[in-house]
Amino acid sequence: MRSLINILDLSVEEIDRMLDVADDIIANREKYSEVCHGKKLATLFFEPSTRTRLSFEAAMYELGGNVLGFSAAASSSASKGESVADTTRMACCYADIIAMRHPKEGAPLVASKVTSVPVINAGDGGHNHPTQTLTDLLTIRRKKGRLNNFTIGFCGDLKFGRTVHSLITALARYEGIKIVLISPDELKLPSYIKKDVIKNNGIEYVQTTDLEAVLPELDVLYMTRVQQERFFSEEEYIRLRDSYILTRKKLDKAKEDLIILHPLPRVNEISTDVDDDPRACYFEQALCGKFVRMALIMELLGIHLD
Amino acid sequence: MNIDSIKEGLVIDHITAGNAMRIYNLLGFDKLECSIAIIKNVNSKKMGKKDIIKIDSNIDINLEALGYIDPGITVDVIRDSKLVEKRHVDLPETLHGVLRCKNPRCITSVEQELSQEFMLTDRENRVYRCVYCEAKAN
Repeated sequence: MRSLINILDLSVEEIDRMLDVADDIIANREKYSEVCHGKKLATLFFEPSTRTRLSFEAAMYELGGNVLGFSAAASSSASKGESVADTTRMACCYADIIAMRHPKEGAPLVASKVTSVPVINAGDGGHNHPTQTLTDLLTIRRKKGRLNNFTIGFCGDLKFGRTVHSLITALARYEGIKIVLISPDELKLPSYIKKDVIKNNGIEYVQTTDLEAVLPELDVLYMTRVQQERFFSEEEYIRLRDSYILTRKKLDKAKEDLIILHPLPRVNEISTDVDDDPRACYFEQALCGKFVRMALIMELLGIHLD
Repeated sequence: MNIDSIKEGLVIDHITAGNAMRIYNLLGFDKLECSIAIIKNVNSKKMGKKDIIKIDSNIDINLEALGYIDPGITVDVIRDSKLVEKRHVDLPETLHGVLRCKNPRCITSVEQELSQEFMLTDRENRVYRCVYCEAKAN
């Protein structure tokens, strides 16, 4: 049974096809309104989430399917000590497809090994978040018209930012991508991603601590939040939280056709005065998340329309 | 120096000199009740010096662990005093139950019954990563 645990589980061709389906869903909503009639999605969320869970649920409802599940470990049998494997075995008795978020890295992989239905990794700790990557790719392609030949800056927490790791991994397979890594020294991209993904694929990259200096070069700016839940030390979190704050004024130096993305939620790293700027695409990005998850659910359930 | 040849058993040969005791301990040979010979610093044309372990019993041996500790080792299987098989042990692509993941965010840190699995991601630098969280083994 096909699952999506890591973005590399999908080939470039499969991703492109799924983005085509997402585009078609956006253009022809009615056509897809009943394709999952009678199917159920189990959302097993062991960690709080707003966008990801709601977008999965909205996606399934818009495909004519139903949703069951839980939104916190405390409201599941995990609070009684049940293993991920057993919770998954139970869920696949009741659902046709599972979306799982878990604070521990690798939990969705464990689930995919014991279930007879597809499992979608909806985020596992600081590790992978492939559906956010599909969301990011759809947004970039819709805004830029392509997934090759552009310069993308990643700014903020590049160490624990799973969305950053997954997106870099996905973009490494496209031509002409230049990557600019902007972070404080303490939150630099892990060296294994730099070596295994960026260097091994011959991707041009720059590493800097100065956002303003590199802003004029960027076609895409991917902002991230410094995530409190990834820190064991409160002191270190507070020290690094305010490293980068994007304001309207700073954008004066940026390209006119720059697109600003953020996986959300934001705290203070993008000032609210940026929201009205036409280059701010993060809310539209959240909307793209629903459509690409619709395309993914259809793909994993083997539903293909002509 | 003479060590009796074995009739039924294994000869772990081409061990990097100095590694024999490490293999003996890590593979739990101290728990075996059969005769075991550890021969250190044997002259070798190919290696200069090498270690050899002879086990006087056909036990199941963890080749993954052996390959991880010392790739290049050979394991000779002896039956009726004859060499019936020569296994060349290389750095394994996967490791099961040999290493433990030390990442506190890994699912294996809270679900102890999960098997510990690692995959080889960089042969040149001998880098293994946990299959669950991709943390580097150390």
